[in-house]
Amino acid sequence: MLIRNLSKIALTAIVLTLAGCSGGVLDPKGQVGVEEKWLIIICTLLMLIVVIPVIVLTLYFAWKYRASRDFEVYTPKWAHSTKIEAAVWSIPVLIIIVLGVITWKSTHALDPYKPLEGKGEHMTVEVVSLNWKWLFIYPEQGIATVNELVFPADKPVAFKITSEGTMNSFFIPQLGSQIYSMAGMETKLHLIADEPGTFMGISANYSGSGFTGMEFDAIATPTEGDFDAWVEKVKQQGGELDMAQYNALAKPTERHPVTYFADVEDNLFHTIIMRFMKDHGDMSYYSKPNNAVQGHHEGAKKSSSHSGAHEDGAKE
Amino acid sequence: MSSNAASLNPNDDVNGHDDSHDHEHHDTSGDTIFGFWLYLMTDCLLFASFFATYAVLFMNTAGGVSGKDIFELDFVAVETAALLLSSITFGFAMIAAHAQKQAKTLLWLGVTFAFGAAFIGMEIYEFHHLIVNGNGPGESAFLSAFFALVGLHGLHVTAGLIWMTILIIEILRRGLGNQTVTRLSCLSLFWHFLDIVWICVFTVVYLIGAM
Amino acid sequence: MSFLGKLSIEAVPYHDPIIMTTLTVVAILGITLAVLITKYDKWGVLWNDWITSIDHKRLGVMYIILALIMLLRGFADAIMMRSQLALATNGAEGYLPPEHYDQIFTAHGVIMIIFMAMPFMIGLMNIIVPLQVGARDVAFPFLNNLSFWMTAGGAILINLSLGLGEFAQTGWVAYPPLSGLQYSPGVGVDYYIWALQISGLGTLLTAVNFLVTVFKMRAPGMKLMQMPIFTWTCTWANILIAASFPILTAVLAMLTLDRYLDFHFFTNEAGGNSMMYINLFWAWGHPEVYILVLPAFGIFSEIISTFTAKRLFGYKSMVYASGAIAILGFIVWLHHFFTMGSSANVNAFFGIMTMIIAVPTGVKLFNWIFTIYRGRLIIGTPILWSIGFIVTFTIGGMTGVLLAIPGADYVLHNSLFLIAHFHNTIIGGAVFGYLAGFVYWFPKAMGFKLDEQWGKRAFWCWQIGFLLAFMPLYVLGFLGMTRRLNSTNNPDWNIWLYIAAFGAVVIAFGILFQLIQLVVSFMNREALDDKTGDPWNGHTLEWSTASPPQFYNFAKIPHVSDIDTWTDMKEKGEAYQEYDKYAPIHMPKNTPAGVLISGSLTVFCFAMIWHIWWLAIVGLVGGIGFYIMRCYTKDVDYYVQPDEIKRIEDEHINNASKEVQA
Repeated sequence: MLIRNLSKIALTAIVLTLAGCSGGVLDPKGQVGVEEKWLIIICTLLMLIVVIPVIVLTLYFAWKYRASRDFEVYTPKWAHSTKIEAAVWSIPVLIIIVLGVITWKSTHALDPYKPLEGKGEHMTVEVVSLNWKWLFIYPEQGIATVNELVFPADKPVAFKITSEGTMNSFFIPQLGSQIYSMAGMETKLHLIADEPGTFMGISANYSGSGFTGMEFDAIATPTEGDFDAWVEKVKQQGGELDMAQYNALAKPTERHPVTYFADVEDNLFHTIIMRFMKDHGDMSYYSKPNNAVQGHHEGAKKSSSHSGAHEDGAKE
Repeated sequence: MSSNAASLNPNDDVNGHDDSHDHEHHDTSGDTIFGFWLYLMTDCLLFASFFATYAVLFMNTAGGVSGKDIFELDFVAVETAALLLSSITFGFAMIAAHAQKQAKTLLWLGVTFAFGAAFIGMEIYEFHHLIVNGNGPGESAFLSAFFALVGLHGLHVTAGLIWMTILIIEILRRGLGNQTVTRLSCLSLFWHFLDIVWICVFTVVYLIGAM
Repeated sequence: MSFLGKLSIEAVPYHDPIIMTTLTVVAILGITLAVLITKYDKWGVLWNDWITSIDHKRLGVMYIILALIMLLRGFADAIMMRSQLALATNGAEGYLPPEHYDQIFTAHGVIMIIFMAMPFMIGLMNIIVPLQVGARDVAFPFLNNLSFWMTAGGAILINLSLGLGEFAQTGWVAYPPLSGLQYSPGVGVDYYIWALQISGLGTLLTAVNFLVTVFKMRAPGMKLMQMPIFTWTCTWANILIAASFPILTAVLAMLTLDRYLDFHFFTNEAGGNSMMYINLFWAWGHPEVYILVLPAFGIFSEIISTFTAKRLFGYKSMVYASGAIAILGFIVWLHHFFTMGSSANVNAFFGIMTMIIAVPTGVKLFNWIFTIYRGRLIIGTPILWSIGFIVTFTIGGMTGVLLAIPGADYVLHNSLFLIAHFHNTIIGGAVFGYLAGFVYWFPKAMGFKLDEQWGKRAFWCWQIGFLLAFMPLYVLGFLGMTRRLNSTNNPDWNIWLYIAAFGAVVIAFGILFQLIQLVVSFMNREALDDKTGDPWNGHTLEWSTASPPQFYNFAKIPHVSDIDTWTDMKEKGEAYQEYDKYAPIHMPKNTPAGVLISGSLTVFCFAMIWHIWWLAIVGLVGGIGFYIMRCYTKDVDYYVQPDEIKRIEDEHINNASKEVQA
């Protein structure tokens, strides 16, 4: 118990130090991120139950049984003890069982594809990663932006994510989970900001020379009214986004300035995915747009149990 | 792959102790064959990777042809028969070799070579036919996976044929010594292994694909 | 297409001062070395006794030399990255443009794993395993030479990319579509493919070779469950190599077809599926990390039980735990991409599988601790590395289990936390292990011990430098910094980036001290001479030979009846026995075939990289031709005569008994 308490104190100290620095995954501003932070802390504490004794025992034994202390017991042929063997196998097993249960439950609870429960209706944002910028399409508002993501605080957001070409990872560290963006495929992520603020958004998967600059601001507005006002602003200032303009936008650029589009071609996101999706055999699902959010990713399991989001939802 | 395939054949293990007065004798040809078995297991995994890839990609026809449209089972059945027969004839060659019957060994090896060459000839014809009809490997992921899997097997068979040629020359020049028979045994393992792989190819690619 | 394919004078990056300076330095060093060899008339020795050698011990030494050179190259990359990131803060650009920086981190990963860690591990295995099982050489000595030169060929290719063209800018995993022709049209990815392909083939052949050696050539009496623990862990690693490297061969072949012949395995277009590359890559890549670390576990086991003068605690547990790690290592690859969108069931399954690996690993840790318990621990350099390992690796293991929890990985994936984790396990586990093995077995291979003072200094620099360089990366990961950024603009991160850069400098001193240690020990080799062949009072058969061992290893193959055979023999008074008569020993002759074959294949790969088709054909035909020539060479072996054996053995026993009595 002493060790456990000590470890708790040590960890709390570390956590406090880290939390002092704002902006990271230990300073979450959304429900998903908060749960993930606690998951990390609890699991770390559990593991310290084994880790600390191992380190302490190693150093203690190395000190105690060093050659100069020749008065200590010396048993050169002693190499087996059923009791010790049983203990060293069962202690890690027990901890892994506990961790395993936590893992199973938390993985289901934190499934990025699962809409957030009890938070009301989700707002949809379609995300396209391009070399090297982010395009956000707001199908419900009919607008689109580059490198700026805006949504109201306390409003859950359903992200539908794809890529123009290379693979990226859509990640807002303070809000929680990330998910890959892949061409010809749609991945999903559900996040919420518990409080207003501007959060750093990045790509967390290297995609070429302009990758470092693939940053965007994720802005949670204090109220829905503020969000509506922002939409209005985009509609005032922005130009049009059709396939031709999209193709121009898709040309590689670095640190692309924030850009607004007031008028977005219907089903643009769907069209972007379909350019490659059509090459896959079964396309019945994607012939029907706006069918995505609820179709849980059973398809990923069926089509190839381990190959991720391949033909995700294609066989609902 | 050919160098890989061939690089485990014997003669590498000259550290063995053929000398009878050395009591730490161990059986070097046994080592060679065991090593070759291990190599075949790794080769098996190479094929497994290509099979897995084919299984993932065979639906991805990019709007082009699928297996149904291009596989001619009759043709492939003849191809398969040629390869299966070549395995049997190689078996006869091995029996003859173990009995130290040089002429017979050479005869059966020749027959095996002919069957193998026929198989490769038919495969080249099939590939050529597909490519000129606009169904080359660049058309879709399905065709890529098909050409790669069947082509990988074809490359192995080709390497086997080259190896067989070399061994035929070896038998002509040196007769059926211990080393030569060990080498023949390795090639025989290789050849039967390719036969088994082909049965999988035939089933997974052609039979299921044509259904 | 022109005569030289894509190759032209433009391929030399003469406008880049950093690269040109490096090349000049390398050229000067090369010329100096050549002049020295000429001056001391050593070309003949180099060719006859080393390059063409098929003696497992000499090949092992060459593997380790290759690994050390590649360590310097890979570390130069590392220190450039750390200094770039320390300079490129607050929006500054630093001194490395993205094209260059991206090549550096890719090269760093590939070189450190494929051309530093692997050759180091295989080098130690080469020197020690045949000795530990009481064999005169490996099962296929010529193949062993060929494997080495194929690895060296890959290393040559990857280093050629420095001065000729470019290296991949994809990260060491080279995920498509980024590594496809569309996004990486240059020769960089081709260098990557062919360097990995040729060295991977060499590694595969090594694994087959050592598996046959271990299963077929053990000394009489040695049961499988009596093999020394290092041999056991190497065997598990070899099983993993045999089972996983074909997957790498396959996936690289597919990427090659995509890039050269317009296939569509991994392209976005025409139905390709890049996720399959990622799955296949990690189906090789995850076992690969256990390939690296399992032999290191074996080294620690040997060292701890030797330096506590005690039997290894829980030998059977150790063997089974290694096996469990090896097998489980195959069914966890998906944890490298929990964020790809697999369902919760799949992610949770792979997460839990990954955690289960912590059980056998934990058992190993406890077994080492209980080996020290009631022992007589001599705190020499090898033990410092071992204790440093236990402490460091435990932390790395803990962060690994944390990353195995999908919910945690969703925020830590690809962050610097991950970078810290795998350096924590690969440096703290594998590299510390190899460096410990290097000190431990150095007298066996070279005949004299290494200087303890400099060894300890090197260790402390490595250990402290490691903590300084990588603990801040854990923090940066928590702060949301992702990997492979070439510059940053976040004031909160700066201090940690500075500390990490400082840590890299401290490690640089560790490496420098090791080089000094080598020089000092060489100058002092008379005093550090190991005459007994058994400087640490070892347990296993390699210590029964002279240092360096007789070229035939054992004049009489020993009979084994215990795990710690050599200790057993010493206790029974059977050690250092003199015989009146020896039987002649059948030995293989050295051959240039290995270097000719892999040289040709390296030319083939180089020609493929640059699309010089005629040269590719020449290289391939040459490689096969030399191989066939080798098969029909009759002059491959000879006998060592009894009187020569007698002379060598008597000298060793005389030396040893003098020392033992003194």
